[in-house]
Amino acid sequence: MWEEKFRLVYRVKPMDLASAGSASSQIKVELQRNGIEEDVVRKVGIICFEAEMNMILYSTGGKLKVEVWPDRIEILAEDDGPGIEDLQKAMEPGYSTAPPWAQDYGFGAGMGFPNMKQNSDVFDVETKPGEGTRIHSVVYRSKDNETP
Amino acid sequence: MKIKEIAEKIEGKVITGEDRLDEVVEKGFAADLLSDVLALTEESSCLITGITGPQVIRVAEVLNIPLIIIARGKQPSKALVESARAAGIPVILTNKTVFETCGILYSNGMKPCKIKIFHGVADESSSFVD
Ligand SMILES: Nc1ncnc2c1ncn2[C@@H]1O[C@H](COP(=O)(O)OP(=O)(O)O)[C@@H](O)[C@H]1O
Ligand SMILES: [Mg+2]
Repeated sequence: MWEEKFRLVYRVKPMDLASAGSASSQIKVELQRNGIEEDVVRKVGIICFEAEMNMILYSTGGKLKVEVWPDRIEILAEDDGPGIEDLQKAMEPGYSTAPPWAQDYGFGAGMGFPNMKQNSDVFDVETKPGEGTRIHSVVYRSKDNETP
Repeated sequence: MKIKEIAEKIEGKVITGEDRLDEVVEKGFAADLLSDVLALTEESSCLITGITGPQVIRVAEVLNIPLIIIARGKQPSKALVESARAAGIPVILTNKTVFETCGILYSNGMKPCKIKIFHGVADESSSFVD
């Protein structure tokens, strides 16, 4: 079996706008430093940024975890609540509950979920109102590895 | 166009990344929503925007954006300037609007960057796409 090469874990604090996005940019730098393919780094960076922003804006905090495998990158974004009432609606392009102040910072396009999905080879979200949200995404490192 | 020429044409002021003025930027993209930048751009290009928060620099790092132009006289937050300086990303401020900035750069040979078009309409009732 192929073994996991390394993993990166970041804690994401709620409403921490000052450092918002810094986990994602650190992940990007780490992946680049470790010679991960450029298109893969870009996709992973986008997915992490959107997941990180959502945790900051909408959750009570959580963890962003990236695992590097020889054939793929696994991304796990888990938060402790409040969960999403209507996930189907939240996934629609353009749907956003971002407050007006967040829009001044360039947030609230309602493109976070569509964006994460678009850049993932595998994408799933589990959410429970009152409990939390868990996003799992996989980006394959080469076309040959897409079918196991 | 070199970054310093871009700054001249739009009567802008370079506030960070002064050591990169001779770098050439060929493409541009304008947006005021970070997710649009993340969703749509398919290649590195400069960003013309009104966003003043530091997250725009994070996005620039993630996407290898070589230059940020903040238009319509908006003042960047201190955090943006600090982040840009730390990341070594050039930022230009201009009093011109996004529209005029783009017009000037376009007529001086800057090209649009390649974008993805989203037809992701979940709701069947909105059928503006074939
Ligand atoms: N981790 C989360 N916890 C709770 N709600 C969330 C979370 N992530 C997203 N949401 C909800 O889903 C909506 C859509 O998210 P997204 O597609 O990223 O767009 P945007 O962030 O621009 O609103 C958000 O406005 C928010 O209501
Ligand atoms: Mg979002």
